[in-house]
Amino acid sequence: MADYKKITLDGLWHNNPALVQLLGLCPLLAVTGSVVNAIGLGVASTLVLTGSNLTVSLFRHFVPESVRLPIFVMIIASFVTSIELLMQAFTYELYQILGIFIPLIVTNCAIMGRADAFACKNPVGASVLDGLMMGLGFTIVLMILGAMREVLGLGTLFADMQLLFGPMAENWKITLIDDYSGFLFAILPPGAFVGMGLLIAVKNIVDARLEERRKARKPKPDGGGSRRVRVTGSIN
Amino acid sequence: MALIRSSSPHLRRAGSTASLMRLLLVATLPGLAAMTFFFGWGTLLQVVWAMLLALGFEAAVMKMRGRPASFYLRDYSALVTAVLLGLAVPPFAPWWLMVVGIFVAIVIAKHLYGGMGNNPFNPAMVAYALLLISFPVDMTRWTAPFVLQGEDGWHILGFMDTFKLIFGAIEHSTLDAFTSATPLDELRHRGGLTTEEAFRNSTVLANGVGAWHAVSAAYFMGGVFLLYRKVFTWHTPVAVLGSLAVLSTLFYMFSPDTYADPFFHLTMGATMLGAFFIATDPVTAATSNRGKIYYGIGIGLLIFIIRTWGSYPDAVAFAVLLMNLCAPFIDQYTQPRTYGHAKPKRGQKEST
Repeated sequence: MADYKKITLDGLWHNNPALVQLLGLCPLLAVTGSVVNAIGLGVASTLVLTGSNLTVSLFRHFVPESVRLPIFVMIIASFVTSIELLMQAFTYELYQILGIFIPLIVTNCAIMGRADAFACKNPVGASVLDGLMMGLGFTIVLMILGAMREVLGLGTLFADMQLLFGPMAENWKITLIDDYSGFLFAILPPGAFVGMGLLIAVKNIVDARLEERRKARKPKPDGGGSRRVRVTGSIN
Repeated sequence: MALIRSSSPHLRRAGSTASLMRLLLVATLPGLAAMTFFFGWGTLLQVVWAMLLALGFEAAVMKMRGRPASFYLRDYSALVTAVLLGLAVPPFAPWWLMVVGIFVAIVIAKHLYGGMGNNPFNPAMVAYALLLISFPVDMTRWTAPFVLQGEDGWHILGFMDTFKLIFGAIEHSTLDAFTSATPLDELRHRGGLTTEEAFRNSTVLANGVGAWHAVSAAYFMGGVFLLYRKVFTWHTPVAVLGSLAVLSTLFYMFSPDTYADPFFHLTMGATMLGAFFIATDPVTAATSNRGKIYYGIGIGLLIFIIRTWGSYPDAVAFAVLLMNLCAPFIDQYTQPRTYGHAKPKRGQKEST
């Protein structure tokens, strides 16, 4: 029985593909210049990840160990191709902006990593949830980074959202600073690296605080004396 | 008679970071004076503004890191960073440019890497490079030397006007009367002219270079003073200037119409400031004497290469940053032999 709560928390926080596993950094750093790009790539990656996890998990008993990687790549590539065609059909401008990074989802290590580390060893339900949560975790980080860089670099937030959400999103754009001359560094790749580093630092700070609070809440049972050995129950 | 009875090194007086940094600040004074004389009050205002910001950011970060702020503020290292950046930005740069620059230098390039002594890159140069790629318009609008300002020259912008200009009380569009390209820029964008024609046609190259010569001479004086006080050894500055001179001489001899003469390279832009004040930073440079020479040669070569074929106004910041990156590598391969140990044989990793 898979622990669905743990899978969810792992994907979103404890084992977040972007912040902890540091996988898929290439698209993460390249396209997070604005929120709309980030959401576009995040949603595409999530769909591919969920689909590939589902398929890999379904076929996990039929795939020989020695050729599993080429087979995974083929499964992932077929999903990426469908996503690419879908984006071409429905969000053509965004597809053009994201350019090469849509086909490059094939090489996103996060997807390959989840297929090999999780989906090929776990039942279908757990694998789909894992794919969805990992993808969501990835997308959230993309969005935060995209928002940071868009605000710093262009002084706006949610610009050009109509590319993804259609005409109703025409006026979602928030101009935070009028007459902003732009901070090119935030838009360029080095800004992405610095922003990513800061995000990881924030996550580590939050983790350290949580750990501290957990320790404070649960004082040692023996007052720090001899340690009791657990002889019953299971250790989590 | 009191004899020294301690083991070596027999230093006569205790050196401290603060005293070195104070000497460095003193040595920048001639350069600062020359810049103020030729380019107006802007440079002085930028340096003072940068120092105030640096102290503020340093104190704030120290408070956040839970360290004693006053102890670290008294080592003057933040002030040196501030002065270097203040001298490097254009004199009429708007005030917020310095805020961004000092924030990047002190908070990101220095303290995020672990603070004083742990930063792999020269903080002032990180800030300068970041400002240059982020705000190219503001960072390349250099002030004209006073001989080129106004109609008959000698019309320098007053202190209060400069203050208002930097802090946004006057529109920046009035600035054009007081700015011009730097000689390096002018020479790069000379179109199809030969070097000699460019020098004849351009007022900046014909009349404006004198100011830069004087500024470079002032920095040179400051650098020699530091050498005399043994703040750093001769290796780095000599290697920087030497390699730049050799390379530019070679190219100048090969084609005097295409390339600038070596004297131009040595005295224009930030060459002298870079060779004596920036490349010699003990934290980010190579450590051993032989390493310093390789490090300096690398900077000199990169300055020439980026100036000649690159697209940025000057190359010192990028050259120093690139060589900062190589410094640990150079250190590993130029480790001096311990006294009494045999020289390792060629091709072997280490002697046993």
